[in-house]
This record gives sequence, C-alpha cells and structure tokens, in this order.
Amino acid sequence: MSADIKARNAAEVEQVVQWALADGKALEIVGRGSKRTIGRAAQWDATLDLSGLSGITLYEPAELVLSAKAGTPLAEIETLLAGSAQELAFEPADYGPLLGVPPGAGTIGGVISANLSGPRRVKTGAARDHFLGVTAVSGRGESFKSGGRVVKNVTGYDLCKLLAGSWGTLAAMTEVTVKTLPRAEMEETLLILPRDDARAAQAMTVAMGSYADVSGAAHLPAGPASRVGELQALGGGTTALRLEGVPPSVAHRKDVLAKLLAGFGKLESLSAAASRGLWRAIRDVAPFAAGGPYGDRYVWRISTAPTRGVEIGRKLTELAQAESFYDWAGGLVWAALPPADDAGAALVRAIVGTAGGHATLIRAPAALRAKVDVFEPQNPTLAALTKRVREGFDPKGVLNAGRMWAGV
Amino acid sequence: MSVAMPQSDGAVLARRAEIVATLRRIVPGEGVIDSEAAMRPYESDGLTAYRQLPMVVVLPETTEQVAAVLGYCHRQGVKVVPRGAGTSLSGGALPLGDGVLLGMAKFNRIRAIDYDNRIAVVEPGVTNLAVSQAVADAGFYYAPDPSSQIACTIGGNVAENSGGVHCLKYGVTTNNVFGCELVLMNGEILRLGGSYLDSPGYDLLGIVAGSEGLLGVVTEVTVRILNKPETARAALIGFLSSEDGGECVARIIGAGIIPGGMEMMDRPAIHAAEDFVHAGYPLDVEALLIVELDGPRAEVDYLLARVQEIARECRAVTCRLSNSEDERLLFWAGRKAAFPAVGRISPDYYCMDGTIPRAKLPLVLHRMKELSAQYGLRVANVFHAGDGNLHPLILYDANMPGELERAENFGADILRLCVEVGGVLTGEHGVGVEKRDLMPVMFSEADLNQQQRLKCAFDEKSLLNPGKVFPTLHRCAELGRMHVHAGRVAFPDLPRF
Repeated sequence: MSADIKARNAAEVEQVVQWALADGKALEIVGRGSKRTIGRAAQWDATLDLSGLSGITLYEPAELVLSAKAGTPLAEIETLLAGSAQELAFEPADYGPLLGVPPGAGTIGGVISANLSGPRRVKTGAARDHFLGVTAVSGRGESFKSGGRVVKNVTGYDLCKLLAGSWGTLAAMTEVTVKTLPRAEMEETLLILPRDDARAAQAMTVAMGSYADVSGAAHLPAGPASRVGELQALGGGTTALRLEGVPPSVAHRKDVLAKLLAGFGKLESLSAAASRGLWRAIRDVAPFAAGGPYGDRYVWRISTAPTRGVEIGRKLTELAQAESFYDWAGGLVWAALPPADDAGAALVRAIVGTAGGHATLIRAPAALRAKVDVFEPQNPTLAALTKRVREGFDPKGVLNAGRMWAGV
Repeated sequence: MSVAMPQSDGAVLARRAEIVATLRRIVPGEGVIDSEAAMRPYESDGLTAYRQLPMVVVLPETTEQVAAVLGYCHRQGVKVVPRGAGTSLSGGALPLGDGVLLGMAKFNRIRAIDYDNRIAVVEPGVTNLAVSQAVADAGFYYAPDPSSQIACTIGGNVAENSGGVHCLKYGVTTNNVFGCELVLMNGEILRLGGSYLDSPGYDLLGIVAGSEGLLGVVTEVTVRILNKPETARAALIGFLSSEDGGECVARIIGAGIIPGGMEMMDRPAIHAAEDFVHAGYPLDVEALLIVELDGPRAEVDYLLARVQEIARECRAVTCRLSNSEDERLLFWAGRKAAFPAVGRISPDYYCMDGTIPRAKLPLVLHRMKELSAQYGLRVANVFHAGDGNLHPLILYDANMPGELERAENFGADILRLCVEVGGVLTGEHGVGVEKRDLMPVMFSEADLNQQQRLKCAFDEKSLLNPGKVFPTLHRCAELGRMHVHAGRVAFPDLPRF
C-alpha cells in the first residue's frame, strides 16, 4: 500500500517531486482518482494527490478563456460555464460509470492528461485543441509554463499539446488554461434505422461530407442501442446525427440531411432533452457501464479512419464475440470483449494493425493491465524518441513511471 | 539588421568541397546548388532585412534523400536549415553560412485525397492554396488560410503552425493536421498520427506543429479537409472609437456568435487601404470591423441581423451588409491589401505580430500611439479581432540613418506591451530570429530550458536550424544534468493519509 501525499499548492508539488528524486521514489499522480484504473498497472512508492489544488482562477466569458488549478472538479467548471451559456466544446467524457466509480468525479487536469474528448470531436476538436496554457512541475522538480491565455500563440514549442494525453508521465500539471465556447442555442438529433452497420457507416460518411455541419455522428448496433434509454423504443441498430446551432439553421440542416439520407432507412428525430441524454450516454460509453450486462467485459477504445470503424467492429464480433458501437462518424470504436487471457490484445492489435489506427485497453483487471500493452505498442524508432522526450521532462522516472509503457 | 547567429564552424567550411560532393552523390542531377549566383534567391525569407548565403543548397526529391542528407550532416556535424517557400516573416528560414539549406520545394505532389474520411495526403512543398484548389470541385477546402497562401507551403505551415483570418472558427494548422512523416536530424524516419482523429502515445505531431523547423523535416502531411459552407456574408461596420469597436467584438462573442472571420483596422490602415483599392471604406471612423459569417444561408442571414443589432447598440456609425459575393470580396479587398497599401504610403514598413486578450485592445492602441510619438514613427494597425492577434505595421524609411533601428526598438516595445497585458510575443508569424532575443520577456530560464530539452530529444547535437527561437543555446549534456539534493526533509508539514 503506497502512502498518499496531498499537495496544497504548486510549491508543495515541487517539494514532493524533489523529495522523490532525492530518495529515488516513483510517484503515482492522481487528481480525484476517477481514471486511476486506466493505463498499465505499475508499482509506485507513493501517491501524489493533486485534488487539493482546486479552484477556478480566471474566467472571462467574452475572452472565451478559463484558468483553473489542475485538481478543480470538472463539474465545478461546467456549472460555472453554463451560467454564461458556455461550455468546454470538446465535450469531456466521464468514464466513471464505465470504470465503476461514481459519475462526476473527474478533474480538469485529469481530463486534459487523458485528452478525453466526446462526440463533438468530429467538429470542434479534442481536449488538446482547447488547451491554451499550463503551469506544471517536471520530473526534475522544476516548475515551468507553456502557452498562455490567448488562442493564437506560436511563441515557443506548444508543450500543452504534448502534456495533453501524456497521462501524467511528463509533468504534474498545477494550473491549466482552456478555451471556452458558447453553447449552441439548440440541438436536435436525427435518427436513422439502417439495414446494417455497413449501411450506417455510409450514412455517416454522407452526412459528414455534406455542409450540414454535423456535431455528432454515432452508430449503435442493436445490442448497445438497447442499453440507451433514448433508443430502446426503436428496437434495433440506430445511427444518430446531431445538429446544433440557432433554430433556423438547425431546421434547415435537418431538411438537408433528411433529403440526403432518405434512402438509408427510416428517419426519426430526437428533441433537445432526449438528444442531450443520448449523446451523454455515447460520450460516457454508457452501453458498456460497469453495472450493466456488459459490465464484466474488457473494453477497448479504437481510433481509426472513420470508414474503417465498422469493418473493425465486424471482425471483432466474428472472431471474438465482441459488442461494438461507433462514435466520431465511425472513427472511434468502443469494443467490449468477453474475458480472455490477453484481454483480446493479440486479436485487436492484428485487426487494427491491418485497418490502420490504434487501440487502448480502457477496462480490464489490473493483473491483465500489468501483462498486456494497454497503449498501442510503438516501433523501435518511435519508442526511442518517446523515451528521450520523457527523459527530457523526467529523467529519473519519478512521475507515473510505467503507466503508458514499461519505462514510460 | 543584425542578429547574433551561431558561430561559423571553420572546420566545416574548410571541407565545403567534400561536403558538396557527398551531397551530390545523395541528390544527383541539379539538386545541389553551390554557386553564389544560384544560391542568392535563398539568402533570406520574407523577413528580408536579414540575409545570409548558405554554404550549399540541397533540393531533395524523396524522403530517402532527405533522410540521407540529414543523416550525413548529423554524422559530420553540419548544420541544416529547412525551407519551404521562404515566406516566413520572422526569419525562420534564414540560412547559416556554414550550413546546408534544405529546400523542400520539389515535394510538390498531392499524394491522395480521401473524401470519405475528409483528409488529403500532401507533400510539404504543396502550397496552402493548392490543397484547397485540389478539392474544390468536390465542394471541400482546407481551412487555415494564411494571407501568403498563394505561395506558402503546407510544410512551412506545419513548421510555423500558421493561422489565417478564419482560424477563430476553424482553428490553426495544428487543429487541422492529423498526421505526418517526419525525418529526424539523425536520419530516422517516423510516422506521427495518420488518418484517424487522435494520436497514439505522446502527441508529437502537436509539438512538431509550430516547432519552426527545429525538431525534424516533414516529408508528408495528412490534413483535414472540410465541406465548403453554403454561403458567406460580411458586415462592414465603422466606429468613432476603438473602444466601441472592441465592445462590439466582445458582445458578438458574448451573444454566442463565432464568426468565420472578424477583422479590425485602425484609421491609418483604413485610409491606406481605401486609397489603394477603393473598397468604399468610410474614412471618418477610427475603427472599421469586418465580420464574416459562413454556413447555411438561413443561419448566416439570421446571425447577420443579430450582428447588425449589436453594432447599433455599440454606437456603430456605419454598417453595410454584403448582398453579393462581389460585394463581400470588395469588403475584404481593402483588408487583404492592407500590407501593400501601407507599403505605398511609406518607403518601408515593419510588420509585428503579437496577441493580446481582446479586451485590452483600446489600452494597447492608446499606448501604441504614445510609443509612436515617442519614437517619431507612424504605425497602422490591422487586427484579427476575434482572436486578439494584432499586426501593427511600423512605417519607416530604411534610407534614413537610424530609422530601422528605431523601428525595431518600437516593435520590441509593442511586443513587451502585449506580454505585459497578458498576451504573447507572436500569434502566427513565429519567433524565428526576429523575436528570439525577446523570449525571456515571456519565459523564465526554467521554461526555456524545458523547451530546449525537448529539442534535445529530437536533435541531440543541435544541428537543425540552430540560432532560431532560443536566445541562448545550451549543450544537451548541460541541460540534461540533474541537481538532486539528497537528505532533504520530506515535507513534514504536508498532510498524509
């Protein structure tokens, strides 16, 4: 059992890292621990808890910018933004229910460290695209900053991009600045009941290639669809296309889409409240929630070219009885595999390797996450560069060492 | 202008003939240029005040040649400066007298267009505009549109993380590239990202974008292409004060409207532009705002009516809406010609590029007027109002003794002011050599050292484009040293549980 050390400010984070350096300790870096079970299971000597670094330090709605200490609960930020009809447009996911921890527990630092982006990724970009500035403590025990509070900035290397998705292996972030955007005035979701998944993929391609400005495109085959309240009544595989904006625009684009997609199956639509519920369920991977019928399955998150997703899902079903559903117009595959010795890694990696893309094991027991690669394995050149990058920030392997790959 | 560059390596220069001969074996035919006359076009980029002939120019045609050239230079300790079209405004492609100038112009093919996945795979020497043109018939375009888009290349755009007038809504280069092939200084070839939306492992593509050619040489880029909006319309709005104009910008965004483009000009810029292109700009206003909305016609008309209403509330004295494509382009003509227009009213001008929080605009313009009086030099301002990116154009005459130096000092003061109000040194033109020595205004030594350690991970000998971005060059071994103080008390006052 490792000791918890709770830092209250950036200076204390520096102190803890310097102590770990001096004593040759490895630290696990956590916010509120909501994503703690994602990543390679490794051994750490102590846990550095950043949840005490909490509080919004700047919010200027007209400037579209917010700064907060890294341990600030995401829920607190979202509530404040909602008061000014704004949001984090990348729609950060809450994997709590998927991982079997209470919902709403994530921090802004955690969201960025994991580069969590929801369905609107296809239109608005990922967490990394909204991450403007950072102050962090490196594995050398030194504070540094990068970026700023303005959107347009090319002053020096964009270290924010590097820290987003680095799972705390490069630096312990202490304060972050993100871009905020106005919330759409309204949303509506068009549903299609296509005859099969391949047809669904084509429908999404047509929709995304039109000027309808779709802000969410997902397909749920019958199994996963039956786990989402808003889709249950339809009784089958369903493709969802979200439209957001001002009312005359949404109405017009809905007509455009309805015409384009008339041949793809029966069309239905979901009004605002139901649409919000549906996209939240897709965002948070609700069909595979820990408490549900797929709760004992191992869950993979696969990123691929949008037209390839459905094909990957089909093969995984044929060869491993996987259940899959598709976000990002097909480019994000969520696959739930029945328990297997290697969590299905060999098969998943082979199929994804052929199709192009990468896979991350998001939910599996710790023993398996210690044994199989959780993140996509790297070729030797890339692995060596990754290691050198890491050593530039954390030469002694103090921060979350081994969480992404052995030694990284 | 003069700027201190890394000291020339006499040993390398003494071996010039041998180096040229080896490079000719790697890139046969006319791909190696070593005569002074033929190298002359490469002596500077868009920041023409700095000039330096390279030791030799190499124009490779394949990734393997790039890898062989870089690998050879790495082993031999020869510096390399990569170059796209040479349109950098910050001296990012300024050659080194003892270095190889690696021109990527021959990488000019579009390798694949995949409309179903909405991506194009292009070589780095393809111009920005050519990407949009290649996909135009299918109704697509590439969103980042730097004003040099007719000439600048995608490779250069990646290096500089270029923006453009539409980046408030559609993002800059880094938000619109999904993958690249990258050659490291040691000759290793890597693929970063691909045709999918997020990166496996560290987002190395994210740091290559905007790295100013210091981390590697891009030999292929996968960009996102977007469906063209159904229509675009613009409003041309005049104000009697920059405060009113600034308030209008804030209230448009506050109303939840993110325009495709939102540009502001001050009085000197308005007058220069109007005299040049006769766009019909009002001449009795202090600030002129162009607000462009794009999307479905129903949306554009609806939002433009709101913008008009907000403009009235902000005391606009003129407000015209474009009623045809010709009229919209006319509104833009003056803005797009602002730089050459200013070039007509002054023998020389020096273009700056800071970003500020939008709300600070009136303050910054006011302080800039004081600086203008102090330095005795005129200044005209064009401003990407939506994202706070300011382009002051300092007017000077290089033939007047001391004026250039005054212009440079004035410019540096403007950038210091940008940082002081919460902004940054450069929004889209890059640091290059131009703003290199101002980096400490924004970053501490620890900040800069951390950035240079990243550089060391890519280029351990600091041979790729040295002398750019960082004011002080440290050896990687020195940066890597750790100072660990053993025996420290382990924070007795921290809560543990």
